[in-house]
Amino acid sequence: MADQAEFSNLAMEFMPALYSAALRMTRNPSDAEDLVQETYLKAYRAFGGFEAGTNLKAWLYRILTNTYINTYRAKKRRPEIADVEDVEDLYLYHHLGGDQPGGLGRSAEDEALDRFTDDDVKAAIESLPDAFRMAVLLADVEGFSYKEIAEITDVPIGTVMSRIHRGRKALQKALFEFGSARGLVSTAGDGR
Amino acid sequence: MGEHQSGGDQLDGIRPQSEGGTPAGFVNCDETIERLYYYLDGELTEERRVEIVRHLDMCGPCVDVFGFESELRKVIANRCRDHVPDALLGRVAQALQDEHTRQSN
Repeated sequence: MADQAEFSNLAMEFMPALYSAALRMTRNPSDAEDLVQETYLKAYRAFGGFEAGTNLKAWLYRILTNTYINTYRAKKRRPEIADVEDVEDLYLYHHLGGDQPGGLGRSAEDEALDRFTDDDVKAAIESLPDAFRMAVLLADVEGFSYKEIAEITDVPIGTVMSRIHRGRKALQKALFEFGSARGLVSTAGDGR
Repeated sequence: MGEHQSGGDQLDGIRPQSEGGTPAGFVNCDETIERLYYYLDGELTEERRVEIVRHLDMCGPCVDVFGFESELRKVIANRCRDHVPDALLGRVAQALQDEHTRQSN
């Protein structure tokens, strides 16, 4: 039987990361709390089958992701669009004027990045369709490898790479749009 | 990948030897930008990683792009953290305790 003390010792430290991921997935604090609690309960029950020394964080994320897909996604009122539009490479860099020779210079784009708030970044991620949101979240926020993400989300690694790639570009566009809407980023660099 | 050896160097494809005037072991800007994320993600083989580093040593504009994308990555990771409500910590601890009790009986 799973050793509760051992499980808590090992697993509780991942709660902040799991809770943030749950918030991005469900986009709702109350659902996110339920999702995290359910994840811990399932993990506790299955802990006897967890192989010591393997990646506990990835294992917990796999349970979180499966629980989200099976429970919370199913109860959504309306199906959401499943795809992202094609966005040009380096969208944000170009739109912040990064490619203007001798113009704004590097620090200007980096400064523009500093103006994005937590809320901008969270909203931009949450604007992505499920599959892309999860791929980007696991790669960019949690730093999982492509292989780990393939295992966590149970999709082939080629699909993971494509989702991360396209999801990131869509995220850049969303970030820029949130930023411009709030007047945070200048669109001066957008010109010719 | 079949016999197709020329043209776009896909990720798992074959490294062009001296396509477009780029000597073996060197990559041009397009190839460098194409692999930008795989580089930042640490998903390139050592050989390919070295090719990118070699290119970046010589190319200011590509360094600029890599710096920006790397900075953006940090911004995304750092601005996506949330405070865990104390109530949630309590709820989870209680749920595990209840489960433990249930299993023990």
